Amino acid sequence: MSDRVAIIGVGFTSLQPSTPHLSFKELMFEAAQKAYLDAGIQPSEIDSFVTCAEDLNEGLSIFDEYTPDQLGAVQKPMHTLTQDGLHGIADALMQIRSGIAELVVVEAHSKASNIKTPEWLVDYALDPVYNRPLGLNPHALAGLEMNVFLHETGIRAEHCAQVVAKNRSNALRNPVAAYPLALTPMYVESSTYVSYPLREAEIAERVDGCAVVVLADEKKALKAQSKPAWVCGVGFANDSGTLESRDWVRADYARIAVERAYRQASIQNPREEIRLFEVDDTYAYKELQHLIALGLFSDGAELGRSIEAGETKADGKMPVNVSGGALGMGLPLEASGLYRIVELVLQLRGQAGARQLPDVRLGLAQSWRGVPTTSGAVVILGTERPNEPA
Amino acid sequence: MKSEPEPNLVRGTPLHEKPLRQGKTFTITYTPKLRYEWDMGQAIGRYLAELKEGRLIARACRKCERVMIPPRMFCERCFRPTDEWVYLKDTGKIFTFSLCYVSWNVKRLKQPEVPAVIEIDGASPGMGILHVVKRIAPKKVRIGMAVQAVWKPKPERIGSVTDIAYWEPIKK
Amino acid sequence: MSRRKVAVVGAGMTKFMRRALETPKELAWLAAKSALDSAEMKLDQIDCVVLGSAPDAFDGLHMKGEYLSDGCGGWKKPYLRCYVGGGTGVYAVAQAWFQVASGLFDTALVVCEEKMSSCLPHPQAAFLTIFDHITEQPLKPNLLWIFALEQTRYMQTYGIALEDIARVSVKNKRNALGHPAAQLGADLTIKEVLASEVMAWPVHRLMVSPTSDGAAAVVLAAEETARRICDRPAWIQGVGWCLDTAYWTNRDLAYPEYVEKAAWMAYRTAGIREPRKEINIAEPYDPFAYKELHHLEGLQLAPKGQAPRLLADGVFERNGDLPVTPSGGLLGVGNPIAAAGLMKICELFWQLRGEAGTRQVPGKPERGVAQAWGDLMQVGTVVVMGTKEPA
Repeated sequence: MSDRVAIIGVGFTSLQPSTPHLSFKELMFEAAQKAYLDAGIQPSEIDSFVTCAEDLNEGLSIFDEYTPDQLGAVQKPMHTLTQDGLHGIADALMQIRSGIAELVVVEAHSKASNIKTPEWLVDYALDPVYNRPLGLNPHALAGLEMNVFLHETGIRAEHCAQVVAKNRSNALRNPVAAYPLALTPMYVESSTYVSYPLREAEIAERVDGCAVVVLADEKKALKAQSKPAWVCGVGFANDSGTLESRDWVRADYARIAVERAYRQASIQNPREEIRLFEVDDTYAYKELQHLIALGLFSDGAELGRSIEAGETKADGKMPVNVSGGALGMGLPLEASGLYRIVELVLQLRGQAGARQLPDVRLGLAQSWRGVPTTSGAVVILGTERPNEPA
Repeated sequence: MKSEPEPNLVRGTPLHEKPLRQGKTFTITYTPKLRYEWDMGQAIGRYLAELKEGRLIARACRKCERVMIPPRMFCERCFRPTDEWVYLKDTGKIFTFSLCYVSWNVKRLKQPEVPAVIEIDGASPGMGILHVVKRIAPKKVRIGMAVQAVWKPKPERIGSVTDIAYWEPIKK
Repeated sequence: MSRRKVAVVGAGMTKFMRRALETPKELAWLAAKSALDSAEMKLDQIDCVVLGSAPDAFDGLHMKGEYLSDGCGGWKKPYLRCYVGGGTGVYAVAQAWFQVASGLFDTALVVCEEKMSSCLPHPQAAFLTIFDHITEQPLKPNLLWIFALEQTRYMQTYGIALEDIARVSVKNKRNALGHPAAQLGADLTIKEVLASEVMAWPVHRLMVSPTSDGAAAVVLAAEETARRICDRPAWIQGVGWCLDTAYWTNRDLAYPEYVEKAAWMAYRTAGIREPRKEINIAEPYDPFAYKELHHLEGLQLAPKGQAPRLLADGVFERNGDLPVTPSGGLLGVGNPIAAAGLMKICELFWQLRGEAGTRQVPGKPERGVAQAWGDLMQVGTVVVMGTKEPA
């Protein structure tokens, strides 16, 4: 068994607001075929499979029942994580490092279009005794958090508007994206409030899609047909599941996760060493909250200045969400993290087309599971085989 | 080092029906408002459309030579797309069955339902579907019994597995 | 063969009850605290938390892993929830095993919790949603169907009598009389089991495990830590899991191939060649009486179709050659799905350390296997534990 793990293949469908012609099984089969082709493997060679899914997103209980066939996983080790795809990547890495598997596949998808009552679904995730009886639209919880975040950090509404403009414009260069649009911050600032200070244009729209990622141990990675994307660091963490006990200003789950990842990757100065950041932007302000939690800016003032100087744009010093993020690509529920991994892998391989950044050696992806959670994960990928195993 | 849970260390407060019904415990009730509209996709979409026409359809994989029902666009063993549509008969054999005296929402039934896995004629051996059997004394049902689908009248068929109302023994 | 050895160093659980006053978080907390106390550890010493919990449909919550995180100790810590239906309780230990064996963590707390009583009118009804939404749900199937269909097939294929199946209920419910957390411990005869009402022929009511509320937890530690904090760690010698096709009506239900594959995956790592000889205690999953027999065969502990005979011969009694389900199992202790599987792991922990009180199997057992099952007759999850450190 080996300590070094790499991604040797990715497969994904384009993200779309709806996919009426394909069942979720058929969507998964498409992404899996592409991933195995990219990795140059047959499913019979795969040792273990991980699916990231929530029953109630699918409308089916014990959803892992319905995953093996279309991934080639019949009568193989397979399990579900009710987590984002990045947790799945961490899971696969741990399996390989434990010696129990050499080739692991991680899958996540979204059929958000099939959920006809999305707000009621999120409401169903709230504490039934303390929170649900209030009957709030769940976006209000993001509004609450955004308000105190702006208040404490000094970040302003126009910074959030810049995030939307940047990400949706970046999406114009991403063939996978569902919501590309050349817009200006002014458009955002005139969009209606959903829950003050959160505006409608600042909320990512849900989409359908499926992504499959193939991870291998060092031996197999070195023989792979594509340039391997080495997993240099992973981390995942939760803050409190209870609304009343959590930190509303700092995304501590991201901080705890990234500290583990930086340590494993031996990264001292992330801003200098990491070329691109794919960070959760389910709500525009979250991108900013996460950038601070990732230790990239010491406070709101520094971040604000950086945004005003255009540093987080695709052509800036520190590109954030070159893929278009969730605002530009759409939000494929628990597959969100995997689509960021796809972006990193393409960039590391030099296959990112019009979005390609120069000199990409390290990239970071970070996920958040959305309202009402404080759950997130971080994965750092690199072109060089790590010296210290991740 | 303590390990075995001595009786007083295994905690938990059992609640009994009576105090609950008498309102001696606070409860909160919530009815989830969850609605889904699932995309049928290629395979199941056709399956349901054929059911509406009074036919059973399967998919075949030329590589492993299986004819599969319920149909699927991929063969899960060969991991390749399946190759063609195959119409099946609407007769079959009971692979296994049960006599169920409890409904799905836990109501006691006087007359049992007879769920069964029915191997469909024309599909590969062992290719069964779940359905219900009627028009036979429950005690007479046997594994291996030959059965026939009884379809709802065409105007009542909507493109659902219930377009077959039930299966009954083939009269010799 | 993993480089890093991992052991169970503590275990705890709540009572298993038809309905608990405690909320899901409180149940998780009680079990987690009990496990930590038994290992004489504090939450600060736990590097990561793994939650196992089966369908969200019962608890009345979406994303119940997030809701439960506080009760499990997952605050400001690496935390995740893993899920394979009923197989979760044993699988969660496999998950935590590879998390620690990977070197990323030195200790792990595994918590399994279930609160089924919240579901009205009855938790059974929620099982409707595990069936295929298009090809099966319109028929309004219920969980009893799928077990009864499998039991019929098993009995028919091997010529097994209903008395032989009823015997499992008798054994397990009697074993459960010695379990402090048990919901349904009882002293019954085969006749009484067969006299209980028929739910779905050939399944009688006393052959079915109850729906329950409850939680269980174990602490895992890597070798240096395990040796330091625990005088007699229960070493995890092998783990295995296997998921079969969703198309359960395309399979012969008489034999659980997925349990066999999961078992060999675990046995291979444990270096076991002849399971029947090398295993001293078995805790197979027994949601229905016949399932224990079905699973024993899948676990290679009885030849196909022969488990009922070995049971009748007394081989599987607590003082028999291969004690099976000395805990009292799901039939006797209760079935809060994921917690029930983990309860079996707890049982092995106590049995291997000679701490199982009146349930203790004689003869200083050295090695045990716990197995859980789940989904549409589809997943097998297996963990082998023993007193000896893996090679």
